[in-house]
Amino acid sequence: MTGELLDSYPAQRHSLLRILQAVQQTEGHLSEEALAAVARHLKISAAEVYGVATFYNQFRFIPYGKHHVVACLGTACHAMGGQLILDAFERELDVKAGGITGDHEWSLDRVGCIGCCTKAPVVVINDVIHARMTPFKVEEVLAVLGFKKSKKEENAGAGASQ
Amino acid sequence: MQGHLNDLQQRAQKKWEQLEGEALTVRIGTPTCGRAAGALDTLQDFRERIEKEGVEAHIIEVGCMGLCFAEPLVIIHKPKSGLPPILYGFITQQHVQRLVEGFLLGDDPCLELALGTVEFKEDGTPYIPELARFEIEERLVLRNCGYIDPLDIGHYLARGGYLTLQRALQMEPDAIILEIERAKLRGRGGAGFSTARKWRGCREIEARPKYLICNADEGDPGAFMDRVVLESDPHSVIEGMVIAAHVIGASQGFVYTRAEYPLVIERLKVALSQAREIGALGENIFDSGLSFDIELVAGAGAFVCGESTAMIYSIEGKRPMPRVRPPRSVERGLWQKPTVVNNVKTFALVQRIMEQGGERFSRIGTVGSTGTAVFALAGRVQQIGLVEVPMGTSLRKVIFDVGGGIPEGRRFKAVQIGGPAGGCLPESSLDLPVDYDSLRQAGAIMGSGGMICLDENNCMVETARYFLDFLCRESCGKCSMGRLVTKQMLLILEDIVKGQGTEADLDLLAALAHDVAEGTICNLCSSAANPTLTTLRYFRAEYEAHVKEKRCPALICRELITYYIVPEQCERGCDHCVLTCPTEAITTDERTRRKRILQDKCVKCGTCLDVCPPEYRAVIKVSPPEKVKELEKAAGG
Ligand SMILES: Cc1cc2nc3c(=O)[nH]c(=O)nc-3n(C[C@H](O)[C@H](O)[C@H](O)COP(=O)(O)O)c2cc1C
Ligand code: FES
Repeated sequence: MTGELLDSYPAQRHSLLRILQAVQQTEGHLSEEALAAVARHLKISAAEVYGVATFYNQFRFIPYGKHHVVACLGTACHAMGGQLILDAFERELDVKAGGITGDHEWSLDRVGCIGCCTKAPVVVINDVIHARMTPFKVEEVLAVLGFKKSKKEENAGAGASQ
Repeated sequence: MQGHLNDLQQRAQKKWEQLEGEALTVRIGTPTCGRAAGALDTLQDFRERIEKEGVEAHIIEVGCMGLCFAEPLVIIHKPKSGLPPILYGFITQQHVQRLVEGFLLGDDPCLELALGTVEFKEDGTPYIPELARFEIEERLVLRNCGYIDPLDIGHYLARGGYLTLQRALQMEPDAIILEIERAKLRGRGGAGFSTARKWRGCREIEARPKYLICNADEGDPGAFMDRVVLESDPHSVIEGMVIAAHVIGASQGFVYTRAEYPLVIERLKVALSQAREIGALGENIFDSGLSFDIELVAGAGAFVCGESTAMIYSIEGKRPMPRVRPPRSVERGLWQKPTVVNNVKTFALVQRIMEQGGERFSRIGTVGSTGTAVFALAGRVQQIGLVEVPMGTSLRKVIFDVGGGIPEGRRFKAVQIGGPAGGCLPESSLDLPVDYDSLRQAGAIMGSGGMICLDENNCMVETARYFLDFLCRESCGKCSMGRLVTKQMLLILEDIVKGQGTEADLDLLAALAHDVAEGTICNLCSSAANPTLTTLRYFRAEYEAHVKEKRCPALICRELITYYIVPEQCERGCDHCVLTCPTEAITTDERTRRKRILQDKCVKCGTCLDVCPPEYRAVIKVSPPEKVKELEKAAGG
């Protein structure tokens, strides 16, 4: 997969960023093998490629979940309570920013502004922007997208009510 | 070839006149911010209803007018009605039917949904006379934004687009520099460097090839001016870039924008290919002998890439860590060749200056800072959006007269200007004129135009911690001063917001801030001093409350507050808080049905406070946290 993709880019250092973006776009993340293949294609060391890739916030080295949640913590979103929104996602999904749920359904990230500051605080889930979030809306949005709390918790809940 | 452009222009103008004079048009703003407010649904609904009803109307997707608070925005022009174009605000799907049936099909202009009418200045700039802000605003950069279709070069041409370029290409480069010098244009990317001087510096260097970069990275979190300009009027930036290329003799240009701005990338791609089609880019532009093209580069989310030397490494595919200057980029930039880097708005203004003359531009604004300033007004302010005012307008005017002040009767506390590198200015600074020099004196900077309002519900210590956290994450790690001192400052601020700071920490913080301002390679880390020093200078009492009394006056810092339900105010039958609490931390007293928060379960998310009906207002925050014990005791347990 990576091979064909790479061949469509000239083997120039200038293309590195673009290649990494294309690989991530098609494969969802940058695997070790993909990074090595990129290095071979450009005839530079894997460390060079890794050095560039790790510098940027956009690149992921673990896969995305089926639903990828990005909470904005730019200045406007922060001033309007963005941290509480990220907290709510971390709590509900039971993962930290940068992580992914055990069933690979949900991954969570933070971003430093998507330019939609007028609707702060915002969250992007699979490229759809959710405006003026509140911690309560987090639960609603997750429910609409089919999120279910893990079995363990449900069981615990059921146990408590019995 | 010259005739070619004039032909195109005349045809475009004819079409535009028909569109404006005869056709029924519906303009819908679909920039990123509009989309977040539901503009695409509005658009879809208009399309369907218009088709269903068989109305002959043109739907035009436009960019952002800057009135983001009222999105989705729709402008309807029905020449037959004899009315000027009417601007409608807050047009979500539910209002579409009313507009279609009332105005498109009938004669009722639905004024209850209107914000105002659209009138035009002599030079064709639209304005809304009913909105008082337009008396203060002066729109040069935003001139076309929100009225023309950014995906149709015909709209741009019809308003005289690319004629300025054609004229400029026949001028001597030095004559253009003189015009820019007459305008006294200073770069809009933040530092305010003289554009004429930068260009002359590059022009005088012999080495070839030369490169031109448009800095559209806009890494300032909380700023969105450049995004709006590129989404709404990309051709004015392209035109400005080709003029610059002619002046310095560049053969290749780049627009470096952010991966977080997918719509900018999409719209720019279209605009670039349309510019190539009419011969404004490519070989032998308008028969002038100049060959120049522009490549789009998408960054990958690193704030430091907005710094010009880092940006150059990023384009080269290297790890983008800023380097020590000199040599300056105009001498040795991209691939070691002479390179000019300018901001998006700088290029847009170059186009305006060459069209309207440097003299006219220099009469706007102040002596030291000419022209207009574009601000992205956000945070705790009523009319969130984009603002363009003459330089020298006071902060008070921008925030209160244009922005409508602070919502819900809360008190203004501070305005944060200039992005993470900027500073927080208090109420007493509101009469400062906004220009490069006054802001710097006050401890802030112009930056590229982010302006975030903070009110009594924002904690200034927490705000300073936020900026330090941001800068620490984004620091490239190359120089030890930047890497270590910002981290140390962050640790101290983290202690303070947790109530673990001491008075001595405040002096240490100030001392570190002075150090970091001196000893770093680029301005990313050195600017860490600004938010810290300005908050210490203007809001020292808030810091002191945190360290001395372990109290957060704004009731924000989580470790220093507790939520509490005032029993007398709790309406017993209402269960809002109980039902919405994510951690089931609210119990109901079986006998009195009053609610109480179980502090060990509470995660302080604030939902109960949000959902408690405003007529009860039973949920409050208290600080320091122990105070809740007294309250509970007084209430009898
Ligand atoms: C950390 C850092 C971030 C910057 N970010 C931007 C930016 O997002 N946009 C911008 O135009 N300039 C930015 N600059 C300023 C650029 O280095 C450069 O001065 C500017 O693009 C020059 O354009 P101008 O002369 O038109 O202002 C940044 C500088 C630093 C140190
Ligand atoms: S700060 Fe969140 S979108 Fe800008």
